[in-house]
Formats: sequence, C-alpha cells, structure tokens
Amino acid sequence: MIALETHDLTVTYRKRPVLYGIDVAIPEGNLIGIVGPNGAGKSTLIKAVMGVVRSTGGWVKVFGKPVKQSLPRIGYVPQRESIDWEFPVTVMDVALMGTYGKLGPFRWVGEAQRRKAREALERVGMLPYAKRQIGNLSGGQQQRVFLARALAQDSDLYLMDEPFAGVDAATESAIVELLKDLRSKGKTVIVVHHDLQSAREYFDMLLLLNMRVVAFGPTAEVFTTELLQKTYGGRLTILSEMAEKAAREGIGKIHPKNEP
Amino acid sequence: MNVILAEGLSGLSGTVMALIASLALGVTSGLLGTYVVLRRESLFGDMLSHAVFPGVVGGFFVSGWMARMGWVESEKNPLVILSCALVAGVLGALVVTVLGYTTRLKQDARLGVVLSVFFAAGIAMFGFGQPAGVNGFLYGQTGAIDATDLVLVLGAAAIVVVSILIFHRPLLVVSFDDGFAHNLGYRVMGLTLMFSVLLTMAVVVAMQAVGVVLVSAMLITPAATAHLMTDRFPRMMMLSVLFTVGAGVIGTLISGTKEGLATGPVIALCATAIFVTAYLFAPRYGLVARFWHDRSQRKRIQRENILKDLYRVLEREGFPAEGASVSAFAAERRLDPGSAERELKMLEGAGDLIRGNGGEKLVLSEEGWGHASRVVRNHRLWELYLTNEAEYQADHVHDDAEIVEHLLGEEAIKRLEEELGFPETDPHGSPIPQPSSTPPQPTS
Repeated sequence: MIALETHDLTVTYRKRPVLYGIDVAIPEGNLIGIVGPNGAGKSTLIKAVMGVVRSTGGWVKVFGKPVKQSLPRIGYVPQRESIDWEFPVTVMDVALMGTYGKLGPFRWVGEAQRRKAREALERVGMLPYAKRQIGNLSGGQQQRVFLARALAQDSDLYLMDEPFAGVDAATESAIVELLKDLRSKGKTVIVVHHDLQSAREYFDMLLLLNMRVVAFGPTAEVFTTELLQKTYGGRLTILSEMAEKAAREGIGKIHPKNEP
Repeated sequence: MNVILAEGLSGLSGTVMALIASLALGVTSGLLGTYVVLRRESLFGDMLSHAVFPGVVGGFFVSGWMARMGWVESEKNPLVILSCALVAGVLGALVVTVLGYTTRLKQDARLGVVLSVFFAAGIAMFGFGQPAGVNGFLYGQTGAIDATDLVLVLGAAAIVVVSILIFHRPLLVVSFDDGFAHNLGYRVMGLTLMFSVLLTMAVVVAMQAVGVVLVSAMLITPAATAHLMTDRFPRMMMLSVLFTVGAGVIGTLISGTKEGLATGPVIALCATAIFVTAYLFAPRYGLVARFWHDRSQRKRIQRENILKDLYRVLEREGFPAEGASVSAFAAERRLDPGSAERELKMLEGAGDLIRGNGGEKLVLSEEGWGHASRVVRNHRLWELYLTNEAEYQADHVHDDAEIVEHLLGEEAIKRLEEELGFPETDPHGSPIPQPSSTPPQPTS
C-alpha cells in the first residue's frame, strides 16, 4: 500500500517557488531519506504535507485519504532549531504531548497517557531525564525527546525533519536503531537528511530533491553519480529564474512539470 | 441576571468592589499574560491596548447618543463602551494580520504602525467631544468601578478561565510548537484567533484598572516575572496570576490613600517592584543566586587547583611524613610569600591542611588527601584519555585537563577507567592515584 502520495504539489514562499509539481508515491514499510542541497525544499516538502506550509497547488494523500483525515496516523518531528528551548516544559511534558491527539478536549491526562509517555522516553533512553526542563539537555538528548513524543503518538507514518542535525555519534546510532525498529514493525519513516554518505547506509529508498523530484527509488538504483550530480549541480537555473520573474512581475504562475 | 447580580454587588463598598475587580483582572491578565510572554507576543498586547482606545472614546459617543435616543439609561453605559473597545481591538489585530499577508513588513513594524495610528485616532476623537470619564480609561481608576463594571469584569474573567480550562492543551501546543499542533489536528488559525479575542477582552477590562498605556504592566510584567522564577508551565501560570493579583490589590490600596493618585501607574510600579525582586532574588535564575553559584564554583576550582599543586610537591618529595615546606609550595604555585600564605589560610579554613613545625611544614588532613587525590586522578585520567582515545599529542592535553578535572563526576570516572583498562600511569609517566584519605605509599 502507498503510505504517502503527492500529486503536482507546488509551494511558493513569498512569491518564490520552492517546490514544483512534486509527484511521488512512497510505499509503506520503508525507511526513506529525502536528500538534496540547501534550499532544495526538503523541509518545505514535509511541512507542506503536514499543512504547516500552505501549498499553492496539487494534493497530498496519506494512506489513501486526504491528510486531514489521516493526521492521527502521522507522527511529525520538527527541526530542532524551530523550538524555543527556554519554554517552561519538561521532558515528560513534551512526551505527553504525543498522547494529546487521541485525548478529547474535556479529558485530563491520566495514568494511561503517562505510562505511554514513559514507555516512549524509555525507548530513547531519556526516562532518567523526565523532570528536566528541555533547555537543560544536550542537542542529542533534545532530539531524542522529540522522537519520544512521536513514538507516544503511535503513528504509522513518521515525518522527521533533520533528526540527525547536531546530534552526537551515540545519539545518531541510537536513532538509526530506532528507525530500523519502527520499520520492522511495518511503519513508514520519511527522514530529511543532509549527509549523503550516511544516507546511502541508512535508507532503503531515497528521494533526490531539488525544487522538483530528481529521482525516487531504491537507494541502490538512485545513488548514482549522474543523478546526484543532477541533484546537487545547481538548480534548474533558467526555469527557476523565469518562474521567479513571473511571480515577481505578477504575470501568472509558471508551473513547470518534472522536466522531460 | 446581570441586573440582579449588579444589584447584589452594589451593596458593597467602593473599596471592596475595587479589590474584587483587581482580583478578577489579575486572574484574567495573569493567565493570558503567560501565553503572551511565551508566544513572544508582548508587543502584540501593547498594540491591542492602544488599538482599543479609539473604541473607548467612540463608545462614549455611541453611548451618549443611545442615551439621547432613550435606548439606554446612562450616557456612560459600560457594556456599550467596552463592546466598542472590543471591536476596535479586534480591528487592530486584523489590520496587523492583513498587513502581514500583503506586505513584506515584519511583525514589529506592523505593530508600530497600527499602534500609533489607532491611539492617535482615539486622542483626536477625544478632542471633538471630550466626553467625561475617558480619563479613567487613560490612566486607570479602579476606585471608579461600579457594580455594572464589576459584572463585566467578572464575566470576562469567567470567559477567559473557562476557555483556558477547555483549551489549555491546544493553547500550550500551539504556543510551543505550531507544526506539531497541525499534526494533532488542532485548528491553528482558529486557536490563534480565539486567543486574540480573549486577549482583547482581557485588555479591555484591564484598561479600567491601569489605563490603556499601562496594560502591559498587568499583562506582561507579572508573566515575565514568573518566567524568571520557574521552568514549569503550571507553576509559571500560578505565579503570574499571583503577581498580577498582588500588584493589582496593593496598587489599588496605595492609590486609594491619596486623592488624585491614578491607579494605573501605582499598579505598574508595584508589578515592577515584584519584577525587580525576582530579577535579583529568584532561586535559580536570579542575579544573586547566579552570583553565589559562580562564586562557589570559582572557590571550589581554586581550592582544587591549590590542593593539586600541593599534592605535586609532596609527590615529588616522595610524600615525606613531615610534609612539604612553604617555600616549595610557593615555588610550585609561582607565588610571592604573601599570596602563598593567603592560599594556605584558605586551605586551612576549609579543613584540608594541617601545619606543623611553627607553620613551616604543610601536611594534608584526611579530607585534604581525599580532595587532592581525586582531582589529580581526574587530571591524569583525562590526559590519558585524550592521548589514547582522541589521539592528541601528549604535550597538548594539559590545558584541557585543567578544565575537565573539575567537571568529571564519579560515574564518568568509572566509564573512563573501564574504557582505559584501569590504567596506573598518565601519558607523562606519573602514577594515577586512587582516591584515598591517606598519602599514597611511596613507590620508589
């Protein structure tokens, strides 16, 4: 079954096109890496799927349904730098947020929720820090807390925005183990990743992205010099220049399909 | 029901009503202020308080006109005035939002533009009719609050409290991590809008106590104070409410003692006094606490460094039973006799040092041996770790070890020793001591 499917998904930010006509169908039960250069729209793609960033065209389906209906089956891990680390919440508070989705507005957090949060923290080795304020943790620990929150959500599809950014080696291998564990339970995990070397090792499939889909497929097939060069060797210069210009001058939207 | 409640309340004395109002206002502003501060929207609250002002003036005109038409009894119907204020506030928030979608201006610039034009409009409108009673809204006048006002204040407080009770989780998540709020299926736009409306309501009622310009004193200052005091969200909310109520009640009482002393500024000054107290004396993040913490850290490190050097002197001399000489110690520390004496006094004071032979010979106490051997072990273990595991050159490791020796806990030491296979000497060939309250046995 297809876990995530997008059709013609397009996002513009402040009139600049960020993603063009993304068509992708990601099969269930895999570890998928999204790789591409800075500014390729990797995070934007995830945010557009979540509805955090508004798309200007196209559609997204998760497990065959519109995203809004599938939200309870999605676990989202935001970029670490988007969080205010001075915010007065503890490690436990953050993990508990993972249980809020299945909790009605008139119900209080109970023992069932706490147990789930504790289990999730245990899985990432952060239970001993449950009472710490999140600012008093190392970068790797902070990342683990947010993974625990996603685990507490009990999702089927995980979208993770740069979970390996700024973490220590021990955390990195702990996260990899966790991702493999999730896969073995039939979950689908999509990870924005910035390091090509480890991308080849970690992921079953790669989505090479540079404002449009350069390639998507099993890592062994897609990880080729030619395709990587296409991904990293500059953007579609004339195409994106014209699209930007059209937006700037206010004359309609150029909406390039994936190149021929 | 309003009328019944108002009649019941009108039996109360002015001061009691003012105090009840301060209490209700404190709860409203204190609760919402917590979110405002954490959402980094303090300036937004300030904009709202100014944007509300033309609504107040307009409300006086509308109310006067309605009274002439015979629709309301009083020329100063508070419900009419506050409704107009609410409309103006929501309008201000809307303009800020629309400017956000249609221009490149950042939030602070948009707030500045809207804040000044709304306030200016209010002042200009005031020039046309000069309705009596507007001053109370400019500078705050809890004393002038009557039973009808009080009903509105209590009503607003009830709405805010109930909304927060119902929506506390969504509001927390939206304030903390709005991407995740989308994930949970919360309506982020709706929540933001609801919050703006609640905030406008809070501003409108708080205005009667502190005046438009000083609403921040109730909304921002107490919540900011609470943030200095704690790392826990519920505690921050409780403290924020406590400080707002405290400032409101004390300010009201003080301003009541002198004719012509407006309530607003007094409340603002009280809130700031609480802020300054927390800034200085908050348990963990206060200036004094941080100063003491830093000072005791520095003292500990200094003590450990002195002990380490004394240990080295003793070690070089084969741990003689009669101890080391003061001059050898001063030479190791590279100190003049006066400074060396001061450091020795410090060790003595800490109970690390026993001096014999008329003060000329230095012997460590049991406690002194314990500390000294521990810090020397830490230093040498870390040097070994850097050379063996991190492949540093042996002559590059000393400076790092000077810092890390003071940070290593027993648990980290255990891991280090295991990793290094319980070593006996450091990269320079010096023995790594075990923590002990007695001098090591001479090796040679």
